[in-house]
Formats: sequence, C-alpha cells, structure tokens
Amino acid sequence: MPSEYRLILKHLDQPGYTPDLDCYLRHDGYHVLRQALALAPRPGPDGKPISPQEQLRHEVTLSGLRGRGGAGFSCGLKWSLVDRKSGKPIYLVCNADESEPGTFKDRQVIYKDPHQLLEGLILSSYANDVHLAYIYIRGEFVEGARILERALAEARAQGFLGRNILGSGYDLEVYVHRGAGAYICGEETGLLESLEGKRPYPRVKPPYFPAVLGLYLCPTIVNNVETLCAVKHVMALGGAEYAKLGTPNNTGTRLVSLSGHIQRPGYYEIEVGKVTLGELIFDPAFGNGLRPSRRLKAIIPGGVSAKIFKAGEKVKVKRPGPDGRELEQTLDVLELPYDFTSLTAAGSMSGSGAIIVLDDTTDMVSALANISEFFAHESCGQCTPCREGSLWLAKALRRLTQGAGRAQDAEYLARIADSIPGGRTICAFGEACSWPVQSTVAKFKDEFVARGKDHEARRTAAAQAGETAK
Amino acid sequence: MPVTVPSALEAQIEELIARYPQKRSAAVMVLHALQDHFGCLAPETMEWAAAKLELQPINILELVTFYPMFRQAPVGRFHLKVCRTLSCALAGSHELHRHLCEKLGLDRHAHGPQTTPDGKFTVEFVECLAGCGTAPVLMCNDACHEGVTLAQAEALLAQCEGG
Ligand SMILES: Cc1cc2nc3c(=O)[nH]c(=O)nc-3n(C[C@H](O)[C@H](O)[C@H](O)COP(=O)(O)O)c2cc1C
Ligand code: SF4
Ligand code: FES
Repeated sequence: MPSEYRLILKHLDQPGYTPDLDCYLRHDGYHVLRQALALAPRPGPDGKPISPQEQLRHEVTLSGLRGRGGAGFSCGLKWSLVDRKSGKPIYLVCNADESEPGTFKDRQVIYKDPHQLLEGLILSSYANDVHLAYIYIRGEFVEGARILERALAEARAQGFLGRNILGSGYDLEVYVHRGAGAYICGEETGLLESLEGKRPYPRVKPPYFPAVLGLYLCPTIVNNVETLCAVKHVMALGGAEYAKLGTPNNTGTRLVSLSGHIQRPGYYEIEVGKVTLGELIFDPAFGNGLRPSRRLKAIIPGGVSAKIFKAGEKVKVKRPGPDGRELEQTLDVLELPYDFTSLTAAGSMSGSGAIIVLDDTTDMVSALANISEFFAHESCGQCTPCREGSLWLAKALRRLTQGAGRAQDAEYLARIADSIPGGRTICAFGEACSWPVQSTVAKFKDEFVARGKDHEARRTAAAQAGETAK
Repeated sequence: MPVTVPSALEAQIEELIARYPQKRSAAVMVLHALQDHFGCLAPETMEWAAAKLELQPINILELVTFYPMFRQAPVGRFHLKVCRTLSCALAGSHELHRHLCEKLGLDRHAHGPQTTPDGKFTVEFVECLAGCGTAPVLMCNDACHEGVTLAQAEALLAQCEGG
C-alpha cells in the first residue's frame, strides 16, 4: 500500500499546530540547532581536527539530498563548490519564489511552520560560515512575508538568531526580501540580480556561478525552501540514516503538489521513488483518481516546464535490477517511480514536484495555449530566441484557439520550439518554454492539425458563402 | 511637486535600507513600502526613491516597468487578481474572471488591470499564485481566496461594497 511519509509536513496540519515559536519549541523545535552548535572539532584521519561546520557539511553530502527547487542538483556538491578561500563573505539565499505553475508546496511550510524553515536555514548558514542570509519570497505571498518577519523577530528575541546564537559565538542575521511578481526571479542568478536591486536578468554561466560569483559577486548558496527544511532533517537523523529514506540516488522525502482534474488535489509528502506516478494520481492515499466517468488524457509531471506525458505512453528507463546491474525496462508512464532519475530517463523531469492531471475533457490546444501565454508573459527578454520565440509560440496558439489556425501550425510550433533551447539562451527558461510545446505538439499532433484544418475549412466555406451572396 | 514622505514611513524605509550591505538592494522593498502608502508610484515618488537610494531615476523606472506588481497609476480600493494559469483555468478561473467583469461592468477581453468608474474595484488576470491545489484562486488586495465559486465571488463583491 503506497502511503505518505511525513517528515517536513509532520506537524503542520495537526489540529492546534500554530506558526509561532512556542508551538515550535513544544514540538522539539531548535533542538537540532542546539546540538549542531554544541558540536566540537573532531580529530580527522590525518590527525588534523575536522571543524563542526565541516562535519555538518559532510552529513549533507552523505545524505544524498538533491535540491527541491527544480534542477535536482546535489546539495552536498553545491555546498562543496563554494569558494571558501576568496576571503569574501559567503551569503546564503533561500529561494522562496515558488512560481513554477502547479507548485504550491513551499507555501505550506512558510505559512504554517515558518520556524522549521528558519531552523534549516540557520543550520545551513552555520555549516557554511554564513553570517548574512536572505529569504527571497515572491511578492504575492504578502501574508507569508509577514509570517516570516514575525518568526524572525521571535527567533531573534529568543537568541536563535542575531549575535552569539545560543551562546555559541556564532552570529547570523536573516532578512526577508520580497519580489514583485516576476517568474524569472525564481531562476537563481535572476534572483540575485533582483536582490541587488536590479531587473532580474539571469547572469551568464560561466563565469557567474553563484558558488563563486553570487550576491555582490561573493560566493553564495541558493537553496529552495524545501531543500533547507530537508537539511534540518538530515542533521536530525544523520546523513546516512536520511539516505535510507527514499531510493538510491533519490534519497529522502519530497513534497508533491497535485492539481488539475483529480479528486483529491493537494500537497503530499512521499519517500522519493517509493510511490509511482500512477499511485500518486489514482491511490486513495493521494489523488484518488479522476472524477466519475472521466479518463486520463495527459500528465504534466514536474511543473508546466516539464515535458508532458500522454496516457498510455510507454517509456524506456534504465534501472538497477535485483543484482544491482542496470536493466533497461519498458514501463507505462503510470508505473514510473516518482523520483528525479526515472522521470529524467523517461524524457521529462520531476522539476518542482508539481503534477498536473488532464482528463479526456481537456482540449490540448487550449491547455498548451495557456502554458505558452505564461512563458510569453514571463520571458525576461534578454535573449532574442526566448523573447521572440516565446511570443511567436503564444501568438500561433492564440490563433489556434480563436478560429484563425492553419493546418501547418503544428509544424510551425515545433519548428519555433526547436530553435529556442540548446545553448542559445542565457538561462534554462529557454528550455522551459520549449519543452511543453515540443512534447504536446508531438504527442497530440492530430489534435493540432485537425484544429488548423478545421479553421481553414471554415474560412474557405465563409469565403465561398461570401462569393455566392455577391 | 516633490512628494511628502511621512517621517514614520521614512524611518521604516531607512530600516529597510540598513538590511543590506549595498543600498541599491533595498530598491524593491522600498518601492513596495512607497506603493503601499501612496497607492501607486508616481514620477516624483520614484525620484524620491532614487535619491534615497543614491541612484538615478532611470534605475527605479526600469524596475517599476519590469515587475508586474508595481504600477504608475492608481488602482481601485479593492484590487482583484484572478489567476489565469493552467490549474486554475481547468477549474474555471476564466469563467470567474468573466463573471467578475460582467458584474462590475468591465470588458473581459481588455488587457491588463481595469478599474470601475467609481474607483472601487480593479480586476486583472495574473499568473499562477501558488494555490493550484485549491483552484480557482484570486487575491483581493493582500488576501488570497481559494476554491472560489461564482457565488463566493459575488459574496466577496458584496462584502467589499459594504466595506
Ligand atoms: C525559469 C526558472 C524558474 C525557477 N523558479 C524557481 C522557483 O520558483 N523556486 C525555486 O526554488 N527554484 C526555482 N528555479 C531553480 C533555481 O534556479 C535554483 O536551481 C534553485 O533555487 C536551487 O535550489 P535547490 O538546489 O535547493 O533546488 C527556477 C529555475 C528556472 C530556470
Ligand atoms: S532564456 Fe529567456 S528568461 Fe532566460 S535570460 Fe534569456 S530571455 Fe531571459
Ligand atoms: S494555476 Fe492558479 S494558483 Fe497555480
């Protein structure tokens, strides 16, 4: 029986659980921080002492934790890339921009359990010798920003933040920084530009990798809200113990946002890879299936940027067999374990953990038009292929939803979408705006062609009617 | 005409600026504070912000014209932002938007924010508000309303009318 595994979500929906510090402390809050700050240097194998910070970073590496913001990059590796020899301050920025359509998980923690995020953030800052950190929260989370401000004030008043935290000698200041409604602020280098008071134009990488040239061109760690919460649990359990949750290379738990045509939309926490895409959609513990007499048509498995799956689609994935050797298997998409590796192997991605379910009442042309409208609106405009391409896609799709389509529009859409990504743009938005178009047009091509032909036929008929009326 | 920024607001803005090693970083936060107070960001307000942050007015204008939440003209007392993105669209947010426009005598096809002649309501479509599991979602000023039915939308309008 597939079921939820609530680690990050453990308390936040319990009756009587409130976002204030007292409640958090009653639930063992800041216990992990206390322990971490009490760690002493340990002699290493070569006799040289290993600092508490290094020990903590080692636990994160051992945990196998992968970033929950979208890219699934190893958190331990990201931290190890930080330039610690530059002599410049190291900054940490929590990405609370949560704006990938379909995603609403970080918001749950921010609104209902803000101190859990703060504890993870303080631990991560301590482990990386950070003394100044920011929480970059999307502008629309007005109440969320207030809740975080309140939580920060409470934590400061009780000595969990500020100077000499819990008498350890460690200083850390954390501030909330609000965005103002632009999706591209979620891209980490766009976010840093925004935090510097500029337009959120993503930076060219290389050389501007945040770990080396981040905020104010100093080494900077950018981690998602959920990743920082997971760090708290890594440090509570120990890296090796955390790595036992989930599946190899896809360790721990993960928050999943389910929306669209489904009986029980909502947020769920699973052990990564222990539940399949089909179970997330159909099992009573999760989505509980579609509405009566509806049938599955398509699944967007990782936010609208992810490539779409068609119901019944078969995918080839390589997975370790019982003897540990890699085996190639053909699976129905519904049989895919919901983890980073399997979804990537199947040609899509788990992205931000947002699954949008589309049933047989969905018009794929309109659904794609909706998605492309989003990207056309949100492109920052720096790169010509993305700025122009995202607009052309949206315009062609608008035509196809408003009676002005052409039979060749399917080809046209595919051609534009193919010419945006692949190193032609500064950031991964180029891929994000192309993938839904490439995959939807390829997998539902007949619908796009039929729509265009139908519009052409109507125009011809109308023109002929006009002729005879003359 | 130069703006008059009340001393309490100026103190709040100075506190915001002190949160960053570089003044310019506070720009978006300062603009939020000014817009909350004045209702929109007029040229003189932007100039004030630029001077406060030791920047050129263009450095502020380029932010105001980029970030969707900033505006140069006032909006209604109740600003309704309806999510137009996929999960909400599947749950009827476009019908919700149409219904609000019809009730308020606004053009549902118009682009961007539209305000009723009495200045009471502004309606606009926005992108995903991170409430997709409880679609359709709309914001009324700072508050997020989830799973909004047409009847609830009407009740909300009535409540605003009364308030
Ligand atoms: C267009 C675009 C939008 C993104 N939006 C978000 C977002 O809203 N929240 C987020 O955490 N990461 C977002 N990311 C990913 C970030 O760039 C970055 O990888 C992430 O914050 C790193 O944190 P993690 O390693 O903890 O996942 C986005 C990336 C791109 C390319
Ligand atoms: S790919 Fe698009 S969003 Fe990214 S930097 Fe270029 S124009 Fe901006
Ligand atoms: S699609 Fe409307 S809140 Fe996400």
